[in-house]
Amino acid sequence: MTTTAHDPGAPSAENPGRADIRARTLRRDRWWLAPLVNALGLATFVVYATIRSFWGSAYYVPEYHYLSPFYSPCFSASCVPGSSHFGTFLPEFPAWLPLALLSLPFLLGFRVTCYYYRKSYYRAFWASPPACAVAEPHGKYTGETRFPLILQNAHRYFFYMAFLISLINTYDMVVAFQSDAPDGSGRFGIGLGNVILLVNVIGLWLYTLSCHSCRHITGGRLKHFSKHPVRYRIWTGVSALNTRHMLFAWITIGTLILTDLYIMLVASGTISDLRIVN
Amino acid sequence: MGYRAKFEVWRGDSSGEGALQPFDVDVEEGEVVLDIVHRLQATQAGDLAVRWNCKAGKCGSCSAEVNGRPRLMCMTRMSTFEENETITITPLRTFPVIRDLVTDVDFNYVKAREVPSFAPPEGVAPGEYRMSQVDVDRPQEFRKCIECYLCQNTCHVVRDHEDNKPEFAGPRYLMRIAELDMHPLDVRNRKEDAQEEHGLGYCNITKCCTEVCPEHIKITDNALIPMKERVVDRKYDPLVWLGKKIFKREELEQREATGQRSLDDAGPENGSPLPADSIGPVGS
Repeated sequence: MTTTAHDPGAPSAENPGRADIRARTLRRDRWWLAPLVNALGLATFVVYATIRSFWGSAYYVPEYHYLSPFYSPCFSASCVPGSSHFGTFLPEFPAWLPLALLSLPFLLGFRVTCYYYRKSYYRAFWASPPACAVAEPHGKYTGETRFPLILQNAHRYFFYMAFLISLINTYDMVVAFQSDAPDGSGRFGIGLGNVILLVNVIGLWLYTLSCHSCRHITGGRLKHFSKHPVRYRIWTGVSALNTRHMLFAWITIGTLILTDLYIMLVASGTISDLRIVN
Repeated sequence: MGYRAKFEVWRGDSSGEGALQPFDVDVEEGEVVLDIVHRLQATQAGDLAVRWNCKAGKCGSCSAEVNGRPRLMCMTRMSTFEENETITITPLRTFPVIRDLVTDVDFNYVKAREVPSFAPPEGVAPGEYRMSQVDVDRPQEFRKCIECYLCQNTCHVVRDHEDNKPEFAGPRYLMRIAELDMHPLDVRNRKEDAQEEHGLGYCNITKCCTEVCPEHIKITDNALIPMKERVVDRKYDPLVWLGKKIFKREELEQREATGQRSLDDAGPENGSPLPADSIGPVGS
């Protein structure tokens, strides 16, 4: 556990004069636990999101207008009736194509290039480093100076798109308060699904607005806060959220899975929605 | 209540060769690891080399690795360990050993000299600097740095890859660049330099520098990531680039501040960077 073939700590021609300590790390705490938990958490989300994105059914509950975030916005003619809140200007998709083709790549990009997730997966999957003061197993390291990792610098563009998609998710959440009456007309209604959608949207906004790029764009890039009092106040608020970016990143992984899972179960008839009002 | 603790302390010389030497030593209530090292010096190993000064977590001298974790020895309480635990003390792993727990941290001094110093606007002399507190607050956080070099030691970019030392300034000096770039009166454009000369792109924001900072400076969130975003503004953001070309706002601001210089000019030299001294090539 404590030694590897590649031992950067050992003195060599490349490490002149460093203390000759052969162990990969002398840490005795459970440093491997955090990367392990991160790897399991991220893998769970990636596997679930991939399966559900390609599933192609049980993503919309017509009578309560619940739409899964993995299928929003649904622009294809293949979308089930009622699930396309903004029209179906795209033709029918083959079964192997995700229906939210216009949003999922951006949402994936937003999370892949996120400053928090980068830390998480660099540690968990790339072991670069697996934990602080634990030697990484790679012989060479160039960080984010070269292709493809230099593309991490595009994070702010994914943020812009994620912001727009959060607006769409908010619209989906508001529309879902309109449920179908027995006579077919629309009426106000609240069910457990609405509560789940609301919590998910709040989480998505907190995650999106606490983004480091958002912090920079709103005010971080300024040299003189004193000349921009409004932007300074916004920056202060975003900075407060930003300190909890990791928390929001994990909360939204949970709420996204929960929201989609609940809608899938209701849409497939496995469970019925717990109605609170109408 | 005192007890007798087991210690393993790395003993070696500048060749890097050495070994962990076991000691049994008395521990009194309220003591820190540095107290125990001093007791070892006084009772069992009079020639044990250790660098220390204030014993109050403010001088940054007694950096070492305790049970494999980069720490200030004077700020590591013995009460955080089990009484039957063997405690290992080793020197900082990223820097060459001088003797025992003392390492040669010249790498950091070379990197410090490579950062161009504060560049005030032309025509503004010391004593004439006027800044709003709200503008100073942000870079002020980085002034808490005590230069213990725990962040430099822990950063895997150089800890695990000696060959990156010439290109990478390390978190402490990338933070210094961020501090100056955020300084309300600094007119030098430091963004491209941060990426191209000081190796900001090597940072993969895994936050070990922040984790080990004894001053609890949010190095990654408040210095390195904002600096990366500022580099994106200059190098990787076509929209910002286009906006600057059309409105020339930032350039106008800088011209106003500097007299005639444009953004493409790095700004006043102010006699810096100081030439790297004769310590020799980094890492040697």
